[in-house]
Amino acid sequence: MLIIDCPHCGPRHEQEFHYGRQAHVAYPADPSALTDEEWAHYLFYRDNPRGPHAERWVHSAGCRKWFNVVRDTLTYEIKAVYRAGEQPPPEYAALARPGAVAGTAPETTKEA
Amino acid sequence: MSYDPRNLPQHPDFLWANPEPKSSYDVVIVGGGGHGLATAYYLAAHHGITNVAVLERGWLAGGNMARNTTIIRSNYLWDESSAIYEASLKLWETIEEDLGYDVFFSQRGVLNLAHTLQDVRESVRRVEANKLNGVDAEFVDADGVRELCPIINTDNLRYPVLGATYQPRAGIAKHDWVAWGYARRAAELGVDLIQNCEVTGFVKDGNRVVGVETTRGRINAGRVGLCVAGSTSTLADLAGIRVPIQSHPLQALVSELFEPVHPTVVMSNHIHVYVSQAHKGELVMGAGVDQYTGYGQRGSFHVIEEQMAAAVELFPIFARAHVLRTWGGIVDVTMDASPIMGRTPVDDLFVNTGWGTGGFKAVPGAGLAYAHTLATGEPHALNAPFSLERFETGALIDEHGAAAVAH
Ligand SMILES: Cc1cc2nc3c(=O)[nH]c(=O)nc-3n(C[C@H](O)[C@H](O)[C@H](O)COP(=O)(O)OP(=O)(O)OC[C@H]3O[C@@H](n4cnc5c(N)ncnc54)[C@H](O)[C@@H]3O)c2cc1C
Ligand SMILES: [Zn+2]
Repeated sequence: MLIIDCPHCGPRHEQEFHYGRQAHVAYPADPSALTDEEWAHYLFYRDNPRGPHAERWVHSAGCRKWFNVVRDTLTYEIKAVYRAGEQPPPEYAALARPGAVAGTAPETTKEA
Repeated sequence: MSYDPRNLPQHPDFLWANPEPKSSYDVVIVGGGGHGLATAYYLAAHHGITNVAVLERGWLAGGNMARNTTIIRSNYLWDESSAIYEASLKLWETIEEDLGYDVFFSQRGVLNLAHTLQDVRESVRRVEANKLNGVDAEFVDADGVRELCPIINTDNLRYPVLGATYQPRAGIAKHDWVAWGYARRAAELGVDLIQNCEVTGFVKDGNRVVGVETTRGRINAGRVGLCVAGSTSTLADLAGIRVPIQSHPLQALVSELFEPVHPTVVMSNHIHVYVSQAHKGELVMGAGVDQYTGYGQRGSFHVIEEQMAAAVELFPIFARAHVLRTWGGIVDVTMDASPIMGRTPVDDLFVNTGWGTGGFKAVPGAGLAYAHTLATGEPHALNAPFSLERFETGALIDEHGAAAVAH
């Protein structure tokens, strides 16, 4: 079980939270301009790294606010917690660009 | 089956050789789990392609293949799914003769419980869909459930059991023996099974893959087929492609050994547990995935705790059973709870992934279809609908109802 340090409530058990998958996936600026491929990547493709991952969590049984976490998916260690709308700490800046790992995501899904 | 299943025969010391890798193969399969081994066997047995290597970073079946709860069934909702899972179930019915090897396939049936009115409606719909697809299925009420599995508590629990779907031909097998059976036959037919050989990169000529880099050197390949389950994204990153996969920890546990008390397989999506009794007598239980992505091959204690609470509510006689072992595997989950099998954006690189929490049952059918794909470069009719392109065309195969928590 993870202990997650909610930026609003402090450390609580993982069972109080729900997982919201990859963070920093922006809604496309002009959805109708997307190709089918770009739309597929926006809807269905998320990074799945073995290592640090920027992801959203919601404190469902507490303040009910969404926030961001950088978590290592191999050790399950939480590296950083920051509020919705904020950027990850500088050493994890690349994680705010989904698709950057393989460098293959269509441009529209790469934006923070 | 010629043995007392609770007193298994001794194995010979070696069932396959441990060859040095050659410099080049017609087909290189990455991953020596059930899917990789079955694919190698069908490539050799059905297509006469024997210049094949299976590259496994650890030991054969050290991944999900020998960590699963071995449930085999074909009662999925959609035509595409029931086609491939039913083809697989038919292969399970002859696998022991085909491989000349016991895998202890036991068709003891599966009950998928319904605990709410919505569950009942979904179940009846799935039973009717199954019948139209020639899959054996019936809906039984709570009395029928108790008749098939007398130890179930149907009334005195938070979500009473209202009924269940029943597939009599479903069952379990011994997963390690399945891997060994395929490995042994594939090796006899000329396939090189190479353990302790991790693929660390891909060799490309333009957009075509022509080989792999490994911890035991470069190996050239005519075609490369990925069968790496939870590691698919990691390998896809190395190949410069993206796959719509999220890897999650999934756990299971066994109890100490008991006399036979549980005659069938029981699964409950609603209260998140599934239970059978292994041949030797352990109660085998699994639950849902951990909510977050992870590669740690372990899961959270509270998931196990919840699954045991559900098991004890459903089977009060399990209350005094002791847990012997718990473990986790890393499962490859797609957004529509269906697998991905076929071409990738890189020429001659193929992928078989996305089986998530339920790919053990598919080992024979998927192996057969994937071997066809690797032999011909074209999908088999069984895997054509499960292409990577479906995420672009929108032709998703949503099996959350039949696959969500369970298998
Ligand atoms: C707890 C649990 C319970 C389950 N219960 C069921 C069930 O009841 N019924 C059912 O149908 N399914 C079940 N499943 C799912 C099923 O086990 C999987 O879908 C299936 O085993 C995946 O295919 P596989 O056997 O080929 O995978 P694996 O056995 O995981 O094989 C993949 C192999 O690839 C290797 N590999 C990874 N990276 C590399 C690399 N870079 N180089 C070389 N090799 C590499 C790994 O070491 C591994 O051996 C369960 C899974 C788990 C974890
Ligand atoms: Zn909070």
